Amino acid sequence: MAQIFHPSMNIVARVTIFGAIFFAAGISLAGWAFVNSPYVTQVNVVREQAVPFSHQHHVRELGLDCRYCHYNVEKSSSAGLPTTEICMGCHSQVWKDAEVLRPVRESFAKGEPLLWTRVHDLPDFVYFSHKIHVAKGVGCESCHGRVDEMPLMRRAASLHMDWCVDCHRHPELAVRPQADLFQFGRNKSLLGGVSTEPLMRAAFTAEGQSAPGTRSIPSATHRKSSDTLKSGSELVAEYGIVTRQLTDCVVCHR
Amino acid sequence: MRTPWHQFAFGIALFACTAGCHRDMRDQPRYEAQEASDFFANGQADRPLIAGTVARGQLDAQDEVHTGKVSGKFSKQIPIPVNRELLERGHERFNIYCSPCHARTGAGDGIIVQRGFRKPPTLHQERLRQAPAGHYFDVMTHGFGAMPRYGAQLTARDRWAIVAYIRALQLSQHATLDDLPADNRDQLTKEQP
Ligand code: HEC
Ligand code: HEC
Ligand code: HEC
Ligand code: HEC
Ligand code: HEC
Ligand code: HEC
Repeated sequence: MAQIFHPSMNIVARVTIFGAIFFAAGISLAGWAFVNSPYVTQVNVVREQAVPFSHQHHVRELGLDCRYCHYNVEKSSSAGLPTTEICMGCHSQVWKDAEVLRPVRESFAKGEPLLWTRVHDLPDFVYFSHKIHVAKGVGCESCHGRVDEMPLMRRAASLHMDWCVDCHRHPELAVRPQADLFQFGRNKSLLGGVSTEPLMRAAFTAEGQSAPGTRSIPSATHRKSSDTLKSGSELVAEYGIVTRQLTDCVVCHR
Repeated sequence: MRTPWHQFAFGIALFACTAGCHRDMRDQPRYEAQEASDFFANGQADRPLIAGTVARGQLDAQDEVHTGKVSGKFSKQIPIPVNRELLERGHERFNIYCSPCHARTGAGDGIIVQRGFRKPPTLHQERLRQAPAGHYFDVMTHGFGAMPRYGAQLTARDRWAIVAYIRALQLSQHATLDDLPADNRDQLTKEQP
């Protein structure tokens, strides 16, 4: 019987078997990269809004506190977006004829709500509450990033489950004194001189996520600066946070 | 299920169904806070309270603490106990909600005023120093002239806390040496040449 395959096919066969491993690895890597890409996580993606509202302008330049507009954040699960009336409190006099603010004036005159496209939106099967996080010393910056540097709102974190769980395992890296909750760029004080900026970026943004090993809160970093852990864990003790139960499924899926 | 092909097609169809299930759980048929709705006329899922409804913990009492008035007149004094904790609360709330216009000092030249908002009177003028506590409460609850109202943002207790802090601010601008505790007084007189 004539041979179907030429002997040189042996090499092809070997390469294929060997290559299959890389192929499989490649596929899963690509899948992983896809799941963590801005396309899926919407990190740093800006949404089209009826009014191009600038946090940078209102928070950094005018110095408004988050709670001036998101006044429910300390007492409710939802932080809430401001009513048109709150905008008009100032914009009845400041920039009162500006074209960009026309939808705000119309909404106020007609009594119809302004429609904002949501930037953060957890799936409905996840339970989340701002109140507990604020009460236990997690600042806005830890989850929303440098809002004071955002001309347009965007996400700083993926909101994936592992992102939530990473912090629930190590809240000592994030908790702050109550006085710092609404401050930005204050991570220094928490770290006793060491900036957490790279750490936060590694943990919370897409850039960090595409570099394997730095995605979750890096253990190497917090071993190096033992101060962090100390002052952080002191705070954790002060707030009475019990990490043991914080990763139970029922905490977020109830 | 006569041929493998049918089974295959059925399998695919079953699989396709699970895609539907997935979406449903992410966006379940219920409204979240502030969600838009095409069911209600004004497009808002949040409904205003039906007249006469009293939500738990939101008793809208008509007593002095909630209106700032006793028998139609503004309360002269703050009707809740004033202590350090209340003052600190007032300090924080004043800086959040009032300082953009009134400035942290109460002088009335806050950042929004610098950007063209009507200038409020200084809180240190004689008329306002003599004004009853209830007047401040009322200004916050209902607004005053060009000033917006803050009734929704501030609970009654927070509004009284701000009144208490404003009194402290006013005192700070009109304090005499005798108002200081003895050791601070010594310190101050010693430092003077
Ligand atoms: C002057 C009012 C105002 C202030 C002050 C303000 N915000 Fe906002 N915020 C808004 C408005 C309006 C929106 C909706 C428009 C948008 O998404 O950009 C919003 C949206 C947001 C969102 C995204 C909501 C979504 O769609 O998921 C976050 C997060 C947020 N704000 C955080 C903050 C933080 C943190 C601060 C304090 C540093 C702050 N805001 C201060 C008015 C304000
Ligand atoms: C506490 C006062 C205050 C509130 C509340 C406020 N703004 Fe403003 N806003 C200002 C001031 C002051 C300016 C202009 C600053 C300047 O002249 O540089 C401004 C500017 C703007 C501008 C144009 C300038 C720019 O590039 O951003 C927009 C758009 C705007 N505001 C939208 C809003 C919306 C929407 C809301 C309600 C969620 C709101 N503002 C609430 C004070 C306020
Ligand atoms: C532990 C992380 C975390 C912290 C801390 C946090 N947020 Fe959020 N925020 C979220 C998540 C997650 C959502 C999306 C919630 C949803 O979809 O139900 C969100 C949504 C929002 C929204 C959109 C409206 C809403 O309530 O859904 C605003 C506004 C907001 N946050 C403001 C703030 C402000 C201001 C602070 C600082 C006090 C803050 N957040 C602190 C995670 C956080
Ligand atoms: C930066 C840190 C951090 C992140 C990120 C974070 N959390 Fe938390 N979370 C905490 C801390 C700290 C507590 C307080 C624990 C306690 O009560 O002792 C908490 C508490 C909670 C609780 C209440 C637990 C209870 O005992 O009732 C829920 C629910 C929750 N988080 C959900 C989430 C979800 C969902 C996410 C992701 C979208 C998230 N958290 C992201 C730090 C974080
Ligand atoms: C700290 C909060 C938190 C805890 C604890 C938690 N989850 Fe989640 N989970 C989330 C969030 C947030 C999402 C949504 C992620 C997304 O947007 O894709 C999620 C998504 C999921 C999904 C994916 C559903 C889907 O359709 O994508 C499953 C399955 C799940 N969780 C199971 C679990 C199990 C099992 C546990 C316990 C071991 C658990 N979760 C604990 C926050 C949490
Ligand atoms: C957006 C700017 C703005 C903010 C924020 C603001 N005010 Fe005013 N306030 C004004 C202006 C303008 C006036 C003068 C009103 C007039 O005469 O038309 C005023 C007047 C007043 C008066 C004097 C009333 C009188 O009898 O003359 C008091 C008291 C007062 N405000 C208290 C407060 C308190 C307390 C807060 C914080 C909860 C606050 N204001 C926040 C702008 C503001």
